[in-house]
Parts: sequence; C-alpha cells; structure tokens
Amino acid sequence: MRTLPAASARLLLKTRLFALLVILTNVSGNFFLSWGLRRIGRLVTLSPAAYIQALFDPWVALGVSLLIVWLLSQMALLSWADLSYVLPVTSAGYVLTALAGRLFLNEQISPARWLGILFIMAGVILAGATHPDTAPGAGRTGR
Amino acid sequence: MRWLLVAVIVLATTGGQVLQAAGMRRHGEVHVTRPGALRKMLAWIVRNEFIIASVACMAVSFFAFMSLLSFAELSFAVPATAASLVLQTVLAKYALKERVSWKRWTGALLVACGVVMLAL
Repeated sequence: MRTLPAASARLLLKTRLFALLVILTNVSGNFFLSWGLRRIGRLVTLSPAAYIQALFDPWVALGVSLLIVWLLSQMALLSWADLSYVLPVTSAGYVLTALAGRLFLNEQISPARWLGILFIMAGVILAGATHPDTAPGAGRTGR
Repeated sequence: MRWLLVAVIVLATTGGQVLQAAGMRRHGEVHVTRPGALRKMLAWIVRNEFIIASVACMAVSFFAFMSLLSFAELSFAVPATAASLVLQTVLAKYALKERVSWKRWTGALLVACGVVMLAL
C-alpha cells in the first residue's frame, strides 16, 4: 500500500459509496427501462426513429436518466479504482435485479437462481476484500 | 436473434468498459468533494479519445440491450450479457496492467458462474 493510512481509509469509504451509487443507479435504471420497453413492445430495428420515439415514454426516459447517472458515477469510480475491482464488486447489482424482477415483474426465482445469487454474493465479498487501487501509472493522485 | 444481440452486447460492453477505465486512469482521481470537480471531469471526458470511443461502444451496447429487453425477460437479458465480466478481467490484467490477485480472479469467476445460474 503506497498511500497513508488516513488517505487509504478515505479512499476505501469513497470507493464503497460510489460502488453503492453505481449499483443502485444501474439496477433502477435497467428496471425502469425494462418496464417502459415492455409496455411499448418489440423493438428490433436499425432505424433510429423507433428508439428515439421510445425515449419519450416516461418510464424509458426515467430509466435512461438513471443510466446516465450510472455512467458518470462509474467513470468517477474508475478514475481511482481498478476495473478488476469495480466489475465483481458492482455485480451485486445482478442480485438486486433478480430480486426486483421477482418483486415487481413477477419473474420466478428457481432454486438454481437462488444458488446463483449466493455465488455472486461470495464473489462480491471476495473481490471487495482486495485493495481497490493497484494499477500502475502517473496521475492517480492527480487532479 | 437473441444470441446475436447478446454477442453484440458482450463485445461492445467489454470494449466500452476497458476504454472507459483506461481513459479515467489517465484523468486521475476525481476529487468528488471539491467544488467544480464534476464539471471539470465532464469538460475533460468530452475531449478524451478513450472516453469518446468508450461511449460509442457503450451506445452500441445500450441500443442492442434495448432491443433485447423489448422481447426478452429482464432476468434473461441481464445475466446473458455477463460473459463480458471474465473477458474484461483478462483485459484489466494485460491491457490495463492491474494486479489481479487470486481473490479477484476467484471473485470474478464466482460472479460469472452465479450470473449463468441466474440465467437458467
């Protein structure tokens, strides 16, 4: 560890807060997007008009807005944390997505899916126990 | 059709995320509590080649994902696209030169297995 203990603790707190923000905006964004798109109906086309029209659906618009916040908060997080740390840790979102699908969209969770949820949580905890920042390169403490 | 969309999503997501990570590392730590830090980040990212390429990849991935969601269940769509996780971890090690310890490899593999089980 190349940082001072106080700086390191601050970095860890900041990392956890941003990981949480990334997870919540991703799950809620995908949820509202899915909700809106399934009201609209099948959308398989290369014509941009159909997609742009879909954006005027209020649920699709809400989902897209949340996903923009997701993208920006993930960019901020990746400015100091490793991709190989951020990926498994923010995968906790898959668990929330599955639970949201069950609660609000009446999708079923089979025993295999529950086992999958346990695997994901184990992976999140294991990767979350590593130091978030190992990449080489200048500018890590830059502006 | 659904697997073609999954393949597009996996490749575009992987490219997008790795380019995004590479770009943001060049930016350096965003000091989120400093006033104007986010505005400065926004001004920087719209001019950075890595981020621009990353956003292009993610836009492809996003529209393919929208197509997929319009007819597939959310609990199929999200897990099916998770194959990118392992691919991205490999690239994090070799392209981004991160130190991927056994805990991270195991974590990424556990998550990937779990996500496949979610798709069953």
